[in-house]
Amino acid sequence: MLSYLSNVVRFEGDPKIVQSGPSSLRDPDRLAKCLGWFSLGLGLAELIAPRRFTRALGMEGHETLVRAYGVREMGAGVLTLSVDKQTGLWSRVGGDGLDVVTLLGGLRRDNPMQRNVATALVMVLGIAVLDLFAAQTTTATHARRRGQQRLYQDRSGFPKGIEAAKQIAKHASQSPAPAPAKV
Amino acid sequence: MKALVWHGKEDIRCDRVTDPEIEDPRDAIVKVTSCAICGSDLHLFHNFIPAMLPGDIMGHEMMGEVVEVGSGVNGHLKKGDRVVVPFTINCDECEQCKRGNFSLCERSNRRKELSNKVFGHSLAGLFGYTHLTGGYPGGQAEYLRVPFADATHIKVPDGVSDEQALFLGDIFPTGWQAAVYCDIEPTDTVAVWGCGPVGQMCIRSAILLGAKQVVAIDRLAERLSMAEAGGAITINFDSESVIERLNELTQGKGPEKCIDATGFESHVTPQLPDTILDRAKQIMMLETDRPHVLREMIYVCKPGGIISIPGVYGGLSDKIPMGQLMNKGLTVRTGQTHVRRWTDDLMRRIQEGQIDPSFVITHDVSLDQGPEMYTVFRDKQDSCVKVVLRP
Repeated sequence: MLSYLSNVVRFEGDPKIVQSGPSSLRDPDRLAKCLGWFSLGLGLAELIAPRRFTRALGMEGHETLVRAYGVREMGAGVLTLSVDKQTGLWSRVGGDGLDVVTLLGGLRRDNPMQRNVATALVMVLGIAVLDLFAAQTTTATHARRRGQQRLYQDRSGFPKGIEAAKQIAKHASQSPAPAPAKV
Repeated sequence: MKALVWHGKEDIRCDRVTDPEIEDPRDAIVKVTSCAICGSDLHLFHNFIPAMLPGDIMGHEMMGEVVEVGSGVNGHLKKGDRVVVPFTINCDECEQCKRGNFSLCERSNRRKELSNKVFGHSLAGLFGYTHLTGGYPGGQAEYLRVPFADATHIKVPDGVSDEQALFLGDIFPTGWQAAVYCDIEPTDTVAVWGCGPVGQMCIRSAILLGAKQVVAIDRLAERLSMAEAGGAITINFDSESVIERLNELTQGKGPEKCIDATGFESHVTPQLPDTILDRAKQIMMLETDRPHVLREMIYVCKPGGIISIPGVYGGLSDKIPMGQLMNKGLTVRTGQTHVRRWTDDLMRRIQEGQIDPSFVITHDVSLDQGPEMYTVFRDKQDSCVKVVLRP
């Protein structure tokens, strides 16, 4: 869609897309992108409306903690959307752990919002599974170990050998000066 | 035609696009027979270079056969000619071109006003790069329109293969220019940071220009092995201190000449804390570049030495030790490559068998596999050093 919009500023004669083909983005990358945007959205909500969260969970008085989690969530989101998405996703997995521990603290019999806490806990656990899956698959997809490992000791690039190459400068009266412009 | 098209960060697609046409009498259309993925394409892939637009065709290292010429090409090219297309578009008529500063051509950048605003003064137009350099469609495609084609080409003589000639469009003259900028003397140690394709060409160029010893710095075994094959002493910065080792190899004096073939995406590792700080700043948009290599070069270079920078920098770098640079009296030389300034000499060297740049090719695949190869090259999988694509 954006590529069609960008044609507005493109020079008239430049080639335009007729049909889009396969992308370098793989499924784990796309999932990471979704999770990154989700992280940013949730983090922003926690940052600007912490009271809504604490009220819904019966955890009034913990607004600062929710804001701090919002900052953490946004940080993870930015990282997940960057080229270091693996780091971002693993930081989300760690964040999910923190969320679970915090929510477990709200699962008290005397908490009138205990049901909401349980629902939130289930949601966080669901997201945690997704995060873990995304972190593992993205890490595996982009691991350097994929494919054959080779060494290139036989690729000198000098058809006559290195010693002959070293002699070339010695035989030249001087290093070639920058060639003058053609015009 | 098919082309590799930029759609956003890490999103390159093999799309079907409209064919290019002659737009100006000095244009030519080239049927691309071979093209390559360059290290600087990865900066675009990561969206670190500003002013890319979805729909831009990638690629600035390509060659092929002329299939159509405009009326103003005036016999400089004809149908059927085999040509390498330099990544810098040059008019051959402006003051800079006349001085041989082809990457600073004053006429070829069709986004001159934008370039003036960002760089102070306009730079040459480049193929398959940001709109700051004209936004010209690139050569990772079946066909390419070459503006100023009468000047922007390198003819390939019979007997020179595609694989031997292709890199005359970028990485070979880039490595060569970096080495020439070092004013190499027979007593010099030349240290090269980064053993990617440009680094490999720097190493071979420094050898051909008569350096006493060449030291190559990287962390990947396959790249270090290729550097060693080219005559370099190698340093793996994952397992040894670059500064200690370079001082050891130069009797404590430091290398006279240092080449940064890494550019602004220095490897980020906890062993080098400044790289982590740079990455954090980059993410927070407080800095565009990660200049660890520059800092290290300035620190270790012998006083009075030369620092040559063929690696691409994007914008703003923090914590450059200007005090060390100034007090040590170092000379810094850099710039996009003035490709055609060097290519006659380099073509002669290829023909004479002094060097065969095809040594660097590790992957040779069809254009359709381009999107996948971008990630293989970026992730350094399958011992990938250089990818050639066949449209």
